[in-house]
Amino acid sequence: MFKKLFPSVKGYGVPSIFASLSVIAETIFEVLLPFLMMKIVDVGIASQDLSYVVRVGLLMVAASLCSLFFGIMGARLAAVASTGFAKNVRGRLFHAIQDFSFANIDRFSTASLITRLTIDVTNVQMAYMITIRMLVRAPVMMIAATIMAVRINASLAMVFVVAVPILALVIFVLLKVAYPRFGKMLEKYDAMNAQVQEKLTAIRVIKAFVREDYECENFEEAANTLRRFQLRAEKMVILAMPVMMTAMYACIIAVLWFGGLQIIGGTMDAGALFSFISYVAQILISLMMISVAFMTLVVSRASIRRIVEIIDEQPDIADNNAEDAPTVADGSISFSHVDFSYNKDANNLNLQDINLEISSGETVGIIGGTGSAKTTLVQLIPRLYDVLSGSVKVGGHDVREYKLDDLRSNVAMVLQNNLLFSGTIAENLRWGKEDATDEELIAAAKVAQADDFISAMPDGYQTMLGQAGVNLSGGQKQRLCIARALLKHPKIIILDDSTSAVDTATDARIRAGFKNELAGTTTIIIAQRISSVMDADKIVVMEEGKISAVGTHDELMATNKIYAEVFRSQQKGVA
Amino acid sequence: MARGLKAALPNKGGKKEAKFDKPQNIKATLKRLLRYMLAYRWQLPVVAICVIISALSGVAGTYFIRPLINDYIVPLIGQQSPDLSGFISLILTVAAIYAAGVLATWAYQRIMLNISTGVLKKVRIEMYQHMIHLPLKYHDSHTHGELMSRYSNDTDTLREMMSQGVTQLFSGALTLIGVFTMMLVLSPLLTALVVVMLVVMVLAVKKIGGRSAGYFIRQQRELGRLNGYIEEMTSGVKVVKVFCHEDKSKEGFDALNSDLREAAKNANTYANVLMPVMNNLSYVNYALVAAVGAALVIGGRFDLGGIGSFLQYTRNLSQPISSISQQFNSILNALAGAERIFNLIDEPLEVDNGQTSLVNAVEDADGQLSETDHHTGIWAWKRPLEDGGYQYVRLRGDVRFNHVSFSYTPEKEVLHDISFYAKPGQKIALVGSTGAGKTTITNLLTRFYDINEGSITYDGIDIRDINKQQLRSSLAMVLQDTHLFTGTVRENIRYGNLQASDAEIEEAARLANADYFIRHLKDGYDTLITEDGANLSAGQRQLLAIARAAVNNPPVLILDEATSSVDTRTEALIEQGMDKLMEGRTVFVIAHRLSTVRNANAIMVIENGRIIERGDHEDLLSQHGRYYQLYTGSFEME
Repeated sequence: MFKKLFPSVKGYGVPSIFASLSVIAETIFEVLLPFLMMKIVDVGIASQDLSYVVRVGLLMVAASLCSLFFGIMGARLAAVASTGFAKNVRGRLFHAIQDFSFANIDRFSTASLITRLTIDVTNVQMAYMITIRMLVRAPVMMIAATIMAVRINASLAMVFVVAVPILALVIFVLLKVAYPRFGKMLEKYDAMNAQVQEKLTAIRVIKAFVREDYECENFEEAANTLRRFQLRAEKMVILAMPVMMTAMYACIIAVLWFGGLQIIGGTMDAGALFSFISYVAQILISLMMISVAFMTLVVSRASIRRIVEIIDEQPDIADNNAEDAPTVADGSISFSHVDFSYNKDANNLNLQDINLEISSGETVGIIGGTGSAKTTLVQLIPRLYDVLSGSVKVGGHDVREYKLDDLRSNVAMVLQNNLLFSGTIAENLRWGKEDATDEELIAAAKVAQADDFISAMPDGYQTMLGQAGVNLSGGQKQRLCIARALLKHPKIIILDDSTSAVDTATDARIRAGFKNELAGTTTIIIAQRISSVMDADKIVVMEEGKISAVGTHDELMATNKIYAEVFRSQQKGVA
Repeated sequence: MARGLKAALPNKGGKKEAKFDKPQNIKATLKRLLRYMLAYRWQLPVVAICVIISALSGVAGTYFIRPLINDYIVPLIGQQSPDLSGFISLILTVAAIYAAGVLATWAYQRIMLNISTGVLKKVRIEMYQHMIHLPLKYHDSHTHGELMSRYSNDTDTLREMMSQGVTQLFSGALTLIGVFTMMLVLSPLLTALVVVMLVVMVLAVKKIGGRSAGYFIRQQRELGRLNGYIEEMTSGVKVVKVFCHEDKSKEGFDALNSDLREAAKNANTYANVLMPVMNNLSYVNYALVAAVGAALVIGGRFDLGGIGSFLQYTRNLSQPISSISQQFNSILNALAGAERIFNLIDEPLEVDNGQTSLVNAVEDADGQLSETDHHTGIWAWKRPLEDGGYQYVRLRGDVRFNHVSFSYTPEKEVLHDISFYAKPGQKIALVGSTGAGKTTITNLLTRFYDINEGSITYDGIDIRDINKQQLRSSLAMVLQDTHLFTGTVRENIRYGNLQASDAEIEEAARLANADYFIRHLKDGYDTLITEDGANLSAGQRQLLAIARAAVNNPPVLILDEATSSVDTRTEALIEQGMDKLMEGRTVFVIAHRLSTVRNANAIMVIENGRIIERGDHEDLLSQHGRYYQLYTGSFEME
């Protein structure tokens, strides 16, 4: 798993290595200091040699300044390396998501994708920083300090040989017990937050049904549970400090006792004892640091897993990269024996045995109830999904033979939940054609009946839209989306319930515009309102994933019960 | 240490946003927090004593190095059979002091954990209770994110402050004072040297802190920009794909990503640098003390054991300083959070002077109503009378708006002089464009908002005299935005009537035409609904919301765009079901799709906050007015 992220170090390998080297240098100078101090006490004081004291003292100051220098270097280089690494990971993730097919996107919620790009990347950056700093510093310090201690007095160093494994074991057990408890606590925490969020969104429902007190009871329960789990988890964590203190104090007392005896016995000097006390701190704190670092890595493992999940996700629509890929010749469409399932499960088909021929330039309406798979059907045309079996042909070739770029620039689709992006209206329209001239923009907007309201705005086509076009009405947004699609000058244009918020008169004008301006373009219109499709060359009635009937308005009125019923439900009462 | 360990454990699954808000009124906030802690008044002194023991034991232990060396080790050097009894007893004394320190540390942390989780629980519950009872007006004018951060960020920092911050600040200060005193006792001269170095350290921290704040703000800004882009492009990724815009989208991202990296590099550098600088400056201090101390010993002005103790103190000095400087910021931060929490709790609640309540009633032979405690199908308004008695008015569902005017904000009136009536058994429809004021009418009828002028009566009673909760229980609403809760389909429908039996729930689902699709879900009525019903289509969610209102079996039903995502054929079926349920009761239908309102007894066309046409479908068509225009599609309704 960690290996999968390794390529993202690229470009920052050198600062990473030098950050670690600086940390090592810093640590070694730090370990040297108690040793020099010992020399001052045991040699300098003992021999009453002031110049020796001054010399070694200056050496100590120099060593700590070196340590300071390398410490700063390490900090800077680690920042350079870890933010660079994070940048690479974030970039890889974003690029991977942009290359996802619709089926890939459906597997992840937008919120989860955003979490991965933001919080998870930050966690990984932290983990990387810890790896190149703490996880280098702590073991190096522990080993170096132990070596110094052994060199000074091997028998007294036995204190560490006993203390370190015991402390390590206790910390290990502590974390082992605490970790799952923390997991549980976080679950309760998230559950409580989710509950608050949910109730906040639905506050009107709560008030309408007068369920305030009922909700408070529920929340009280959640808050009580959270506290219980919090106590269970934190109870373990607060043991860490006393355990650490116990180990540290026990070592100091052991050093004082055994060291004291050795001094009395004449096998050791007081300065060595002082340096040992410093090494106690250095060694035990390093041990603690290692455990902290490991915990962070364990925690970030979840983030890494979520990131790798995205990087590993294979776009399930493979582009045809062959040189001899055909180009879309015309706007004819043919479905033959198409089965489709979102889960790729032949027993749970969303579309079943679809056969449909559409000639280039035809206008086709699609009608059907909620969930009858109208959208599913048209999404196969620009190959947003691949069929399970059968084939979809555009311009005489199977859609899988085209390059995706070519296919999708010729098949424009106005999605049901269409989005505009922050930027000016003109910028949004140019999504359809990057180098479109102002005249082209206006022409497309005119066909989509959007020119009038755009021109009426103070800044016209240069009006800034907020995120997702918040400052427009639903009907205006839909019309902009249509204009944006028109700018592609596609051979096929698909409107998926794209005029639902537009009034019937404007809707009719849009359709009339299509007829006049886009005579050669195949037009497919999915609509709730029969009036939107009544005058199509062909109307397809969908029911539960199957085509129930195809025909003109008059034919369907005569032969199709559902169609006639829908029509009547919409027309009933007209005088 | 414990702090470090905690930082490594999972961090509440979310990022902590760094806020630099300063608390406005520290004293009042602290006082209020203290009031919560008073519930633990017997535990607090124990905490204080334990903190003192914990801090001072560390200081005292270190001091004993001196007498140990000077009095019990050095004099014994070279003796054949030294008398170790004094040495042993001093070592045992030190061990006892340390043991007391360890125990005290554990004890105060454990008690504080108990107190902090307890206080926080109380704060959370109070906050929630208050929040849920706040008027809709408050909810409409505050974002969810804003309120949510009270529960997550603000309570978290508050808890951290209570369980660690305060005690660490206290114990850090005590340690600092203790160490300093002992240093002075040991050697005033060396202490002066330490003070000089301390000044250098504090200056360094200040300088680094000042620089880093600027870089940090820049990093947050870049992060905000990048996150905004990510959010937009990730939500819009399907559009990106349809327009083959992947490369452009990546290009835009890469630029922002590099900008963030530049800012993050600097911000991180300063964050990283603080610890090594503090640590190594303390080593410089250590080096100087060692050399100067040794020189003093040589000069006969200091002793060997003293150097041992003093050197330890020098090393112990940097830790409380950095811990105090850390805690200080986080405490200010937590107090700012606490203030936000208290502000929420202090928000004024809905005013409700309504005395009239809704009761189940029975009717005796001569038509007199009397109160009963069981469900009879008859409801009555119980009105207090001047003489202390009660008057019972049968609930019929007669709703009248008399010259009602209303505005959400003083500068913009949204309803002007609205008058209409709904007689029991009538279906009243309101049509009009978005923003015309249709939903506002339901907001007024339910007293989510109170009217400015005119009056609304319900069975002849002014609704301002009716208790709000009772008023709302008499109305069932299906709202424009359907909201479902985490739980099964069955539980969601039952929300309308907590006492409903399974059979009643299924009956309601059938009336709402939802039974068919529910049965086709994976687990039927026991299918789990998650994320506000993300696994259902918009139409299906609306059907469930209608079923939820149906099981409530209300005297008055309000359908606010309740079937906007349902196809017209299904809508007609629902209408049949609801007509059956609501026979003889009042129904309000709000829609902009005309097929939804066609069968109403009276249709009100609302435009710009005024009723401009009224009548039934036939009447309105024959008037050839705005309704006619809407119907024939010559007018856009948005």
